[in-house]
Amino acid sequence: MSAVRPITGGRRWSGLVLAVLLLAPLPAQAVQPSEVLKDPALEHRAREISEELRCLVCQNQSIDDSDAPLAKDLRLLVRDRLEKGDSDAAVKSYIVARYGEFVLLRPVFAAHTLILWLTPALAVLLGALGIWRLARRRRPAAAQHLSASEEAEVAALLRRE
Amino acid sequence: MIVETGHFALALALALSLVQMVMPVWAARSSDPALRQTTSQAALGAFACVLFAFAALTWAHVSSDFSVQNVVENSHTQKPLIYKISGVWGNHEGSMLLWVLILTLFGACVAGARNSVPPRLRANTLGVQGLITFVFVLFIITTSNPFTRVVPAPLEGRDLNPLLQDPGLAIHPPLLYLGYVGFSITFAFAAAALIEGRIDAVWARAVRPWTLAAWVFLTLGIAMGSYWAYYELGWGGWWFWDPVENASLMPWIAGTALLHSTVVMEKRDALKVWTVLLAILSFSLSLVGTFIVRSGVLTSVHSFATDPTRGVFILAILVLFIGGSLTLFAWRAPLLRQGGLFAPISREGSLVLNNLFLVAACATVFVGTLYPLLLEMLTGDKITVGPPFFNATFVPLAIPLLLIVPFGQTLAWKRGDMLAASQRLFVALGVALVVGLAVLAMTWGGPMMAPVGVGLGAYLLIGSALEIVSRARGYGVRRTRSLGVIAQRAVGLPRSAWGTALAHAGVGVVVIGIAAQGWASEGLASLNPGQSLTVGPYVATLDRVAPKKGPNYEEAGAFVTIRDRDGHAIGEVETGRRFYPSRQMTVTESGLLTRGFSQVYASLGEVGKDGSIGLRLYYKPLVLLIWLGAVVMALGGALSLTDRRMRVGAPAKAKGRAVARGAVPAE
Repeated sequence: MSAVRPITGGRRWSGLVLAVLLLAPLPAQAVQPSEVLKDPALEHRAREISEELRCLVCQNQSIDDSDAPLAKDLRLLVRDRLEKGDSDAAVKSYIVARYGEFVLLRPVFAAHTLILWLTPALAVLLGALGIWRLARRRRPAAAQHLSASEEAEVAALLRRE
Repeated sequence: MIVETGHFALALALALSLVQMVMPVWAARSSDPALRQTTSQAALGAFACVLFAFAALTWAHVSSDFSVQNVVENSHTQKPLIYKISGVWGNHEGSMLLWVLILTLFGACVAGARNSVPPRLRANTLGVQGLITFVFVLFIITTSNPFTRVVPAPLEGRDLNPLLQDPGLAIHPPLLYLGYVGFSITFAFAAAALIEGRIDAVWARAVRPWTLAAWVFLTLGIAMGSYWAYYELGWGGWWFWDPVENASLMPWIAGTALLHSTVVMEKRDALKVWTVLLAILSFSLSLVGTFIVRSGVLTSVHSFATDPTRGVFILAILVLFIGGSLTLFAWRAPLLRQGGLFAPISREGSLVLNNLFLVAACATVFVGTLYPLLLEMLTGDKITVGPPFFNATFVPLAIPLLLIVPFGQTLAWKRGDMLAASQRLFVALGVALVVGLAVLAMTWGGPMMAPVGVGLGAYLLIGSALEIVSRARGYGVRRTRSLGVIAQRAVGLPRSAWGTALAHAGVGVVVIGIAAQGWASEGLASLNPGQSLTVGPYVATLDRVAPKKGPNYEEAGAFVTIRDRDGHAIGEVETGRRFYPSRQMTVTESGLLTRGFSQVYASLGEVGKDGSIGLRLYYKPLVLLIWLGAVVMALGGALSLTDRRMRVGAPAKAKGRAVARGAVPAE
C-alpha cells in the first residue's frame, strides 16, 4: 500500500500539472481547429487573406501565424465576412477601413509607396545604365586612333628603320 | 574580484585599441619600423584583454554570481550548464562583448598573418580596425556594461528568455558575428587601401581569404538561425523576412557580391574602385544590422534590448563609419588606377552582371526593411512591408542571377564566346528542362512554380558539375577525350575550382529545397487520444498526453505516432508546451520526424472544451535541403579557403625584403 500511494499521489499531481499547462493562457497558436470553416474553398480563401494581414500587436507576423488573441479576433472576422459573402478584396478593404493600412503585409501600390515598389526595377536599370556608361567611356580610350600628325610621325619613324 | 578584473581588462582593451589606431599613423611619419610592430602587438594585447573580460563574464554566469546585474537578469541556478554559457551572449551586453571579442580575434589574426599581408597594408588595416574596436569598447563601457554589480545580491536570477534556451542559440550568434564582424577586416583593408591610395592584385589576394571566411561563417550563421526559427517558433516557416533576418541577409548579399568582384580584381586587376566600395558596403550593412538588432528600432522578435541611449550611440557609430568611409571613398577613390579591360561577354562581364543583380536585391531588401521607418518619420503614415512584398520583388531578381551562374563559369576571361558557352551548357539546360517537365507531369495539378524551381536547381547542379568536367577536359590543344586523363586532371584542379563548383551546387540544392515547399501540406484538427489526422502521405495518431519535468520547466507533451498510408508505423513525434516558472512564460516545442530530407512537423495547439487537443501537422518535403544546401555552400567556401594560393600568400619582392632587413640590423 505504502508503495502505491506516492504513485497515485504523483499521478494526481501530474494530472494537475498537465491541466494547468494545457489550459495556460497562452501562445495559443496560429489558426485553431475550432476556427476552421466547414467549406474548404472558403477556408482556403480565408487562409490566403490571413497570410496577407498583419497581426497588429505582434512583431512582424501575419495573423495566420500569430498566437495573439487579437490575431484570432481578426481571423474570425475574416471568416465571418467571407461567410457573409464578401469578396477577398472586400474583406481586405473592410479590415483596412477598421485598422488602417498598417495591417496590410503587402503595401498598396500608391504615391507614398512608389519608391518602395520601384526600387528593384530602378536598381537594375540605374545599375545597368551606370555600367553601360562606364564601359562606353573607357572603350574609346583603349582603342584610340592616332591623330594625323602622329600617323605621319609613325610613318617617318618606320621609313627611317 | 574576477568580475572587476574583467571590467578592468575591458578598459585596458580600450587603451590598447587606441594604441593600435595611432601607431600606424605615427609609423607612417617616422622611419622606425618598430612602431609598425607595436601595432600588431597592441592588436594581440587588445584581443587578450577582451578574451579575459569575456571569460570573466562567462565565469560569473557559470558560477551564478547574482551580485552581477547581467547574471541576475539572464540566468538561474537551475538552468542547464550549456544555457548558462550561451546565456552570456543571449542578452544585449554580453552579445556586444562577444561582438568585440570576435572583432579583436580577427585583428589578432591579421596581426599574426605575417606572410600573406604586406607590412604597411597590415599596419594600416590594423589601425582602422583599432578605431572600430575603440568605438565599440567605448560603447560597451559607457552604455552597456555587463559587469555592473547589484547590492544586495538577490538569491535567484530571472532566467533567460525560454525561447533562447535552445542549442540553436548557443551556436547561431557566434557564427553570425564571425560573419558580420569578419567584414570589418575587409572594410579595414579597403580603408587602408584608400588611405594609401594604392590598390592592386596583392591587395585583392590579401583580402580574399578574410572575405571568404566571413562569408562562410555568415552563411552558416544565417542557415542556423533559419533552422532555429523553423523548429522553435512553432509555425513551420523557415524565412519570415523579419527585419532582423534581413539585417543578416543584406551583408551576406553584399559579401557575396564582394567575393565575386575580388575574383575579378585578383585575376584581371579590374573593378578596383567597385570592389573597395563593396567592401565598405558589406561592413556598413553589418553595422546597420547591428543597429537594427541592438537598438530595437524596428520591433521584431529579436529586439530583446530597447534603450534609446544605446540606439543613439549606435546611430552615431553608424554615421561615423559609414559617413567617414564613404567620404574617404569619394576623396581617394579617383586616385585608384583602373586596371584590365574586358569585353561585355566575358567571365568579367558575367561577374559584373552577378554584382548588378546582387546589389539590386540587396537594395530591395534594404529599402523594404527601412521604408516603413522612413515613411513614418517623414509623413506619419504607418505601413507594413511584409513577406508578400519581399517574395514579389526578391524572387524576380534572384532568378536571372541564378540563370547566369553556369554561364559565367563557362565564359572565358577577357573575351568570351556566347555561342560556345551555350553549346557547352546545352547538357545542363536540356537535363534541367527534362527534370522540370518530368516533375511537372508527376505532380500535375499541383503548384506550377515548384517544378520550375526544381528544374532551376537541377540546372545549377549540372552546371556546377560541368564546370569541373569542362575544366578537366581542357581547352584547345590540351583538350582530351580520355576519361582517365579527365579524372586525373579533375583531381589536380586547384581547390578553389572545386570550392566554387561545390558552392554553386549548394545554391542549386537550396533552390530545390525551397521549390519543394510548394508541395508542403498542412493538417489541422482537434484530436482526442486515439484519433487520427492525415497530412501529406502520412497518417498521424494522437497516442497520449503526458506531463514531463525538465530542469527548469514543466512540460505537457503530446505523443503522436506517424504511419504511412498502409498503416505501418514509422515513428513517434513529441510536441509539447513548456512552462518556465521563473519567467512565467509558456513556450511551444515543436516535434520533428525526419524521413530522408523530408520532415513531419508537429505543433501543439489549443485545448478544446471536451479535452481534445488542437494539433497542427505539416508535411514538408525535402525541407532539409534548404539548410543542407547552405552548409554545402559554406563547405565550398571553406574548400576554396584551403586553396594553395591562399596558404602561400602574396608574392613579395625579394629586393624590398632585403632592404627592410638591412634597415633593421638589430632584428
